[in-house]
Amino acid sequence: MQHHRQSAIARAIRGVLLTLVGLFFLFPIFWVVLMSFQTNADILRTPPSLFFTPTLDNYVALITGQLDTAVGSLKISYMRNLWNSLVLSSASVALSLLLGIPAAYAFARYRFRLGENIAFTLLSFRFAPPLLVLLPLLLYFQDLGLYDTYIGLVWVYQLITLPLILWIVRGYFEDISPDIEHAYRVDGHGWLATFLKIAVPLARPGIAAAALLAFIFAWNNFVFALILGSSDVQPVTVGALAFITASGIQYGQIAAGLVLSMLPTLVLALLAQRYLVEGLSLGAVKG
Amino acid sequence: MAGLELDNVTKIYRMRGKEPVLAVDRLDMAVGDGEIVGLLGSSGCGKTSTLRMIAGFEDATAGTIRLGERAIDRLPPARRNIAMAFEGYALYPPLRVRENIGFALLRGRHPRGEVERRVGQVAEMLEITDILDRYPPTISSGQQQRTSLARALIRDADLHLLDEPMSQLEPQLRAILRARIKDWLTGRRMTTVFVTHDQTEAVALADRIAVMEQGVLQQFGTPAELRDRPANLFVAGFIGEPPMNLYPAEIVADGGGPAIAVQSAAGAAAFRVPLPPADAAPALHERLTPGQQVHFGIRPHKVRLGTGDLSGTVLSNRWLGDQSHIGIDIGGCLLTAVTPDPVPGGADGTIAVDLPAAAINLFDAEDGRALFHGLQEAGP
Ligand SMILES: Nc1ncnc2c1ncn2[C@@H]1O[C@H](COP(=O)(O)OP(=O)(O)OP(=O)(O)O)[C@@H](O)[C@H]1O
Ligand SMILES: [Mg+2]
Repeated sequence: MQHHRQSAIARAIRGVLLTLVGLFFLFPIFWVVLMSFQTNADILRTPPSLFFTPTLDNYVALITGQLDTAVGSLKISYMRNLWNSLVLSSASVALSLLLGIPAAYAFARYRFRLGENIAFTLLSFRFAPPLLVLLPLLLYFQDLGLYDTYIGLVWVYQLITLPLILWIVRGYFEDISPDIEHAYRVDGHGWLATFLKIAVPLARPGIAAAALLAFIFAWNNFVFALILGSSDVQPVTVGALAFITASGIQYGQIAAGLVLSMLPTLVLALLAQRYLVEGLSLGAVKG
Repeated sequence: MAGLELDNVTKIYRMRGKEPVLAVDRLDMAVGDGEIVGLLGSSGCGKTSTLRMIAGFEDATAGTIRLGERAIDRLPPARRNIAMAFEGYALYPPLRVRENIGFALLRGRHPRGEVERRVGQVAEMLEITDILDRYPPTISSGQQQRTSLARALIRDADLHLLDEPMSQLEPQLRAILRARIKDWLTGRRMTTVFVTHDQTEAVALADRIAVMEQGVLQQFGTPAELRDRPANLFVAGFIGEPPMNLYPAEIVADGGGPAIAVQSAAGAAAFRVPLPPADAAPALHERLTPGQQVHFGIRPHKVRLGTGDLSGTVLSNRWLGDQSHIGIDIGGCLLTAVTPDPVPGGADGTIAVDLPAAAINLFDAEDGRALFHGLQEAGP
């Protein structure tokens, strides 16, 4: 009885703490969502207030691309940036999956000369300050005609996404007993079929997690596109700079832009969650 | 179904920065078509490595492997037509037990009805009918092991490899399944190599047993051969329960005629066993010279009590329900005897002991090779 009551109290305390932590982390997002429905004047009022007349002006401005400020009207390409973000992040993750999953499998299953060194070098790209390589890269890109192209950016984005996918998925492959693959091979299948039908499906939760994480990292990247592209290919992170105008910072539009730019990652996270939770359950080796 | 031939097969594991491991050392072994062979040996002696080379997951460092008419050591596992039950089960987690077992047959374009029937049959034999619709992570390890065994036994492969197929089962079930699996294998004339730590299992299931130690094949023969004609000291001590009585000894030829002078563990002279005169056993006297150091061995079951010239002190006398185990001290040597009947008398009594000449084994003291079994010259 004593024990039971204690655990009830513990549960209550845990609930309160979780709510507090949740509030703490979600508050900025909540505030940003509120801001996105306010005019700049409402936002800058002191003290700030929860009561205001909601307006959709910020969203309208973003979607139509017309930004009306005190000193006049100016064009912004926010929707274009959003599209660029989507293209760059998806293409980068897709390419990294294509290259990274087989590579992760090779690193997990085979010991070869310099294997560990290669894997670590790839990981070390994550520690290096990107600006170090970006300026020389800019010159090369201009020579090669890769400056200001999707292909060029997707290529450098591999510095972000490939190591992540490689290292996370490798760990998942290492956790799969090689004998499961051996069992499939004695049943009369080649290594390629074994890789596609056994290893990849069993590592699917890891692949989903890695892809999601890589997508978020790619989505949040700023400097690569700032230096290696123009507004034609730049993502929202760079595009948001346009809200710092001559007549001041457009907080309302920034907030609305943030809300819009959070949506794709949010949707993706919700979709991937299913695979993350699915774990090693149904349907992976069918057929 | 086909015969398997291993010729000079060697496996050396090389890992960077570590000493190479010689896991299998020049293994020669021929398994007949439809024969059941047990690989017996202590942990780490290279049994699994041998199976993995046969199945093709590991390249042999040297040697050739033939299955039937084909040299298979260069073929990928898929083309060797071998079925295997793994030491770690290796079931497909997302598939039901039923689907795991029938997997290879279904992919092999067998009609669904036939697969169902055969899955049912093998599941019944292994007592897993009730879990056919469960998923591997939700069943016990003993059930997983039988599922993995079923997945191998259902196939019509040229060769079946079973790595410790019953290690997780309780003794009663193991005894029942042993007999059923033996029937299953012989009824279908399946060529089989299985690995086990358990002598009883090896003897019950195998036509012939290969004893391995430290990567080296010690002896390959029928259970009776291993028992009666162990090729060396290792096999003599390894096979049999309780193990063979083994003592250091010296050949002497003094006053009382030629004899084996058996020494106690402390090195003192314990007792003597006379040898037949030279004209009665010329081979014996040709191979054995006075002063030669040997090992003397006799199986506990062959020791006769209550008769004979030797006399010892009873240290322990236990009736196990179907046999007696008696520990006897003869001049400092501890001798174990097993008799089918209870032996009267408790500890500290004196008892007459007979070590029949026909049951005596002699081994070379230096390399441990068998010299004589029952005073008949040991084979090569
Ligand atoms: N992949 C490997 N890399 C390096 N050494 C290995 C590898 N696999 C096995 N060995 C070594 O080779 C030797 C034989 O191993 P193996 O697995 O064949 O033994 P085993 O007879 O099957 O043992 P057990 O009865 O414990 O299963 C051992 O010393 C082991 O440590
Ligand atoms: Mg083993």
